[in-house]
Amino acid sequence: MSTATIVKLPPQETASLPKRSYLNNEYGLKSWLLTGDHKRIAILYLISITFFFFIGGAMAGLIRLELLTPQSDLMAMDTYNKVFTMHGIIMVFLFLVPSVPATIGNFLIPIMVGAKDLAFPKINLLSWYLYIFAGCFTLAALILGGVDTGWTFTTPLSTHYLNTHVITAGLGIFIAGFSSIFTGLNFIVTIHRMRAPGMTWFRLPLFCWSNYAASILMVLGTPVLAITLVLVVLERAIGIGVFDPAKGGDPLLFQHLFWFYSHPAVYIMILPGMGVISEVISTFSRKRVFGYTAVAFSSVAIAVFGFFVWAHHMFIMGVSNYSALVFSLLTMLVAVPSAIKIFNWAATLYKGSITFETPMLYAFGFMGLFTIGGLTGVFLGSLGMDIHLTETYFIVAHFHFVMVGGMLMAFLSGIHFWWPKMTGRMYPEGLSKLAALTTFIGFNLTFFPQFIVGYLGMPRRYASYPPEFQVMNVLSTAGATVLGVGYLLPMLYLTWSLKYGKIAGSNPWQATGLEWQIQSPPLTENFVETPIVDHEAYDYEWLAHQTEHEVQTVG
Amino acid sequence: MHFISPVLWQFLVNWLTHFALFPPEASGIAPYTDALYFFLVLISLVGLAIVALLIGLFSVLYRKERNPEATQIEGSTLLEATWTIIPLALFMVTFVWGALLYFRIYNPPTNAMNIYVVGKQWMWKAEHPGGQHEINALHVPINRPVQLTMISQDVFHSFSIPAFRVKREVIPGRYTTVWFTATQTGTYHIFCTQYCGTLHSQMIGEVVAMSPDEYERWTAGSTSGASLAQNGERLFASLGCGSCHSGTADSHGPSLAQVYGNKLQMANGSFVTVDDAFLRDTILNPTMHQVAGYAPIMPTYQGQISEEGLIDLVEYIKNLNSNYRVQQTLNTSQVQTTAPAAAGTGVVKQ
Repeated sequence: MSTATIVKLPPQETASLPKRSYLNNEYGLKSWLLTGDHKRIAILYLISITFFFFIGGAMAGLIRLELLTPQSDLMAMDTYNKVFTMHGIIMVFLFLVPSVPATIGNFLIPIMVGAKDLAFPKINLLSWYLYIFAGCFTLAALILGGVDTGWTFTTPLSTHYLNTHVITAGLGIFIAGFSSIFTGLNFIVTIHRMRAPGMTWFRLPLFCWSNYAASILMVLGTPVLAITLVLVVLERAIGIGVFDPAKGGDPLLFQHLFWFYSHPAVYIMILPGMGVISEVISTFSRKRVFGYTAVAFSSVAIAVFGFFVWAHHMFIMGVSNYSALVFSLLTMLVAVPSAIKIFNWAATLYKGSITFETPMLYAFGFMGLFTIGGLTGVFLGSLGMDIHLTETYFIVAHFHFVMVGGMLMAFLSGIHFWWPKMTGRMYPEGLSKLAALTTFIGFNLTFFPQFIVGYLGMPRRYASYPPEFQVMNVLSTAGATVLGVGYLLPMLYLTWSLKYGKIAGSNPWQATGLEWQIQSPPLTENFVETPIVDHEAYDYEWLAHQTEHEVQTVG
Repeated sequence: MHFISPVLWQFLVNWLTHFALFPPEASGIAPYTDALYFFLVLISLVGLAIVALLIGLFSVLYRKERNPEATQIEGSTLLEATWTIIPLALFMVTFVWGALLYFRIYNPPTNAMNIYVVGKQWMWKAEHPGGQHEINALHVPINRPVQLTMISQDVFHSFSIPAFRVKREVIPGRYTTVWFTATQTGTYHIFCTQYCGTLHSQMIGEVVAMSPDEYERWTAGSTSGASLAQNGERLFASLGCGSCHSGTADSHGPSLAQVYGNKLQMANGSFVTVDDAFLRDTILNPTMHQVAGYAPIMPTYQGQISEEGLIDLVEYIKNLNSNYRVQQTLNTSQVQTTAPAAAGTGVVKQ
């Protein structure tokens, strides 16, 4: 590490992990599987979503391999369709939606607001069990022979024309929905009711604000997805005509219902990630977040506007031209709060004292890639432009820039940032910087060519394609290989660090959040005594004052 | 290089000779779409450059070695307003520009020639009014507006011609339209862009844009002998439609001559303009569209007529100027069969 670093580790020769922490409070499988501790549930979630991430990632690898050549030669077309469907379902419902909220959020929100646990610990555990049930259903659908509807379950294709395991996969997503409703519910109640004395709304870390906004979306949006899937299952199983025009149904109704959830779901996925970025940027520039209120309210604005833009997925589907106008206008409005956030983060760097640890590198990656992802979203929100771009690889590239370039970068940033808090040990800095760089390069190589091939007209979900698109696809596949290495690296060195990482001490980053004022890993009850908050979030002067007057105790 | 790795060499040659950032601009719309695209790429590059510049500049200027102590700043309402209003203004320009383009692409000119397209798993069937049928191909003349009236026989499909920058969902149970004017002769891709099952990626075809002369030759050479309207007339007679829609004073159903494009008063008092979608709907679902002054006795034809048959009927009614031939057909059939398939009950379910 260079001299420019804020990492303050205790002397390693004498340092040891705290004698008592949430990790060694109880032992045995039962103490984990029946735990009510939000931190343990967060770890359970982290293990499970990592498992599903690598299954989804393997699917992505297969997709890229198949697309290396124009012909459909690696696998049959049916198999290809099943692979991209499972990739979508697993990544969206079993990885992206729970990623930051259910792991990092679960671990940190109670601590950040100064509480001992979430409001409903048992519901929190139930949420994880539902997630596992959902995962089992999805895996069952995969193992029994797969499902080839695409993750969007477009009717009447999904209800009448396919004989794969649509119902099994649909039930899996239905259950996963409840898991995320419970998480959202828990966050909302906790943030409203369990803040420590003195922790006012405008002293909350921005991570809480963005998770709060995402929770509202989870609680209000997910039931619509649930009922939509029930209708699909009813139509498929007992032939009730809701969506099939041959039975008097309306296929566009499905599109409306599905996107009424699935567009807000995009914000469920990205908002918590934005919260991570706020924390990281502030910590590593030693400066409070520029325009705290603007950043906080932009999260809420995204959540509110996010509910009224769903039909921008349907501009070419024969909706009335005038309703398309309204949805396009609202889409333009929802892009503004995202722009506000980006500029505020950039302004936070101004006159800071910046260091470049791994979480910060990931955060920079997020800002660049999310800017591209967001701006290409404006292309797609613009009515006339959308006609040519939608349903091509341009849209694939766009949402991967937001979801993978944005969200996954934020997730990795957060995991590295709070890893010392979760485990009490540091990750290896040099290797992790390499991983951050590899991910960034691999990502751009994978997805940037897809913008070009998309504008050329290559449709998404094609197992075979005209040969003139091959060059871009080869680049994309090459990039995916690099990206794969970028994701495997953290998996390996983070596991390694569990035993061999340096002892982190309670506040290695000299960060201001309440979570950094307690030992790492924290006690089961988080705080020995209820904290009383008398300062704003990101108050580095307060922190300096604290460290001057207190002797840091470790171990 | 090709001594080292012939494969890599091939790849490079391939790349350099086939490298394209834009599909051909082969329609009247394409330059408009590309103009908006350039504008959007430009503002994106500027936006990205600003963000990258800010991050890069601040990272250099305010790195810890250079600036060991951060200066705390609350925020700035002026700056917040700046970076709210400027993006908003740019997005509004994009919105208006995009909306104008959208209306241009989706509002066909009145003089457009109409071709029907039926999508099914996994092929495109095009039907020209003259009775030419094509599969996974579409021949069109250049410099003449062409409107496609499209419907799907099964699931959602989407008809896309990247070189023309047009695309529209092809939906079961309703007509959607798209139009274009090809400007350059050539052969271009047709893609189905909405995932539609196993052979989705094989649901492709070619649009052949030809000079008007060549197109004339093609139409003359590919005719199946009967126009869509003639097929429709045959179907109309065989389904016995004429027995009610005979146009005589005592007929059980409304006259269909010259009905297309006019307003009809419905039983509930509202007025409806008769277009392709309305005609299709009334054939399949007559009780939903009861014309004022007539009893609701028409049976449904749901599931009895294929989409192509419906197109034939629509095309027939569209071109029906008088009821003379309807009555002729009716008289002949009554004489020939002597079966008094009496009006009103004349339509027998098969």
